Amino acid sequence: MTAISMGRTRPEKRRMLEIKNLSVSIEDKLILDNLSLSVNAGEVAAVMGPNGSGKSTLAYVLAGKPAYKVISGDILLDGESLLELEPNKRALKGLFLAFQYPIEIPGVAAMTFLKAALNAQRRPRGESDLTTPDFMRRVREAAQELKIDQEMLRRPLNVGFSGGEKKRFEVLQMALLTPRVSVLDETDSGLDIDALRVVAEGVNALRSPKRAFVVITHYQRLLDHIKPDVVHVMARGRIVASGGPELALELERNGYRDYAEEAA
Amino acid sequence: MTAHVVNRSVAERTLARQFAEQELCERLPARAAAFARFAAVGLPTRRVEAWHYTDLRASMADAAPILPAPTRADVEAARSRLAGRERLAAGAQLVLLGGRFIAELSDPLPTGVSIAEGIAAHAADDPLAALNEALSPCGYTISIVRGANIAEPITLLHLGDEASSCSVYSRTAIEFDVEAQASFVEIFEGAHAGVQRHRVTILALAEGARAKHVAFVGDEPGLHIETQICELAKGAELTAFGLISGGDLTRRQIFVRMTGEEAKASLGGLALVDGARRADTTLQVVHAAPSGTSREFYRTIVDDDAVGVFQGKIIVEKAAQKTDGAMKSQAILLSPRAQMNEKPELEIFADDVVCGHGATVASLDPEQLFYLQSRGIANSDAKAMLLQAFGGEAIDRIEDRSLIDPLRARLAAWLETRKTKT
Repeated sequence: MTAISMGRTRPEKRRMLEIKNLSVSIEDKLILDNLSLSVNAGEVAAVMGPNGSGKSTLAYVLAGKPAYKVISGDILLDGESLLELEPNKRALKGLFLAFQYPIEIPGVAAMTFLKAALNAQRRPRGESDLTTPDFMRRVREAAQELKIDQEMLRRPLNVGFSGGEKKRFEVLQMALLTPRVSVLDETDSGLDIDALRVVAEGVNALRSPKRAFVVITHYQRLLDHIKPDVVHVMARGRIVASGGPELALELERNGYRDYAEEAA
Repeated sequence: MTAHVVNRSVAERTLARQFAEQELCERLPARAAAFARFAAVGLPTRRVEAWHYTDLRASMADAAPILPAPTRADVEAARSRLAGRERLAAGAQLVLLGGRFIAELSDPLPTGVSIAEGIAAHAADDPLAALNEALSPCGYTISIVRGANIAEPITLLHLGDEASSCSVYSRTAIEFDVEAQASFVEIFEGAHAGVQRHRVTILALAEGARAKHVAFVGDEPGLHIETQICELAKGAELTAFGLISGGDLTRRQIFVRMTGEEAKASLGGLALVDGARRADTTLQVVHAAPSGTSREFYRTIVDDDAVGVFQGKIIVEKAAQKTDGAMKSQAILLSPRAQMNEKPELEIFADDVVCGHGATVASLDPEQLFYLQSRGIANSDAKAMLLQAFGGEAIDRIEDRSLIDPLRARLAAWLETRKTKT
């Protein structure tokens, strides 16, 4: 897989993901408060914020996790609302969430899961199921890029995976499913520097004018490896500042204190 | 008035009449004693501890007439059904019609294995096991000679095709001589809701014998009562597994007694219960000699208005020092009306043992479901994947690929019918 240089292609200024005035609560506690955010095609948007600012809630609500209550607002993917769609339908529309804490599922082999996911996404597009050799080849190639051991794929899904292995496996799924909008929720947490580099390279390889990324992170560290086009600062359930990559560096120096106060 | 008043139910009165009407040649003293043991308790109610969750007396309105011996036409009908039937396991297949072994429909047995007719007596402390002994029109003993190692599983196929309501009694003892090894698969097939099935299997393992027994109840009898009586001598090893996916009221009761040192028993099962069905698995494992190991691992999936029951009791007698016992039962409820009753128990009279038990009842994990769905997998497929994993882990403990694969396929088929149902 080759990375497509952003310089050679003219960036489309097309809104791919649009979050409009979104308010969300869980168990009657307001977590997202009238949040608005747009991500253009081809863009990597970083969402940074202190703990408890609602970053993970945003990720889950985008993917359609039950238990969250959307009070008002909308989420549009290519102009189409996702709110009424089940999580799997959102995935079929091209949305992907790389989990902060990937779920362990004993008894389901990682390979069985991958195949089910790939075929579930192929069928609605009118494509036939992958043959076993074709499937194996794709997985092998993607796994190699991400330095994932074949042995790991024979284990039950995420069971006994180290923190780094889990995150690499999330990126492997992303590479195989080729989503149009990928949301990475604290993909850097629990990674050592080598694993971080591998994961970041995996993400960078997928960058394209046809795709967009929402990279949620607490620290600047990940953004040294995945260079964002825009940086949004989130505090108290809303976007309180937006800017270029320099904003992330400023946060690294000054912390979130200013923004937390501003939002209050 | 001091007379002891026994208020017999309709079914109990019918059973007494059926016993009285038996052919004289069938009325051996042991069978009379067995009927007396049954009659002393009658059909168990909730007041009988081992039947606490399954009130058989209340659910059995009457006892259906005992199925007569198959006619020539029955045998021929069975022959044509067998012709197009796919087998679950390789190896020799013995066919039983209405509990009777039909040699002309069965395969020859492998060298070292033989079958003989005769009712095996056993004074099991259970009214239904006693009733089976009293009313079974015939019985068989399968013997495996000393040291024989039978590679392929032997299938006992209970083939039903009864036209009307009937009771089917059958009884088989399987005797493993010293260091004999064999696997048996018992398949219950073709029964409809009018059938009341009473089955007893006795597994007697001599020193160092190794037995595997897999039972599969996939048909739809109104009543399936299956008793397994297992006795393990020194160093004997038993692996027993049961898959239940049909039947209005299914009761599998397994009595294991380890009489010799260093015996090992691994018991497991998977019950798939939906609609208005009830599936009851009740175990009693007695460690009567030192250094025995027992593992019990049962899983139940309950949907709709169905009821699951698991009762397991491990008894460690005073002599059974160094016993290692672990029992686990786990259930998943798929509907708000589904019910699971679990009662694991330990009774320990020895002081140097390691024993534990655990029982859980849960719903499918919403976090796991969400994870699968977030990858594009539809809710119904995600549920099926998780249930296949949950049930598959129970099946895998059979540790024989040739049996695991077909049972996993049955599980998948059951999950598929669930999907189309909803």
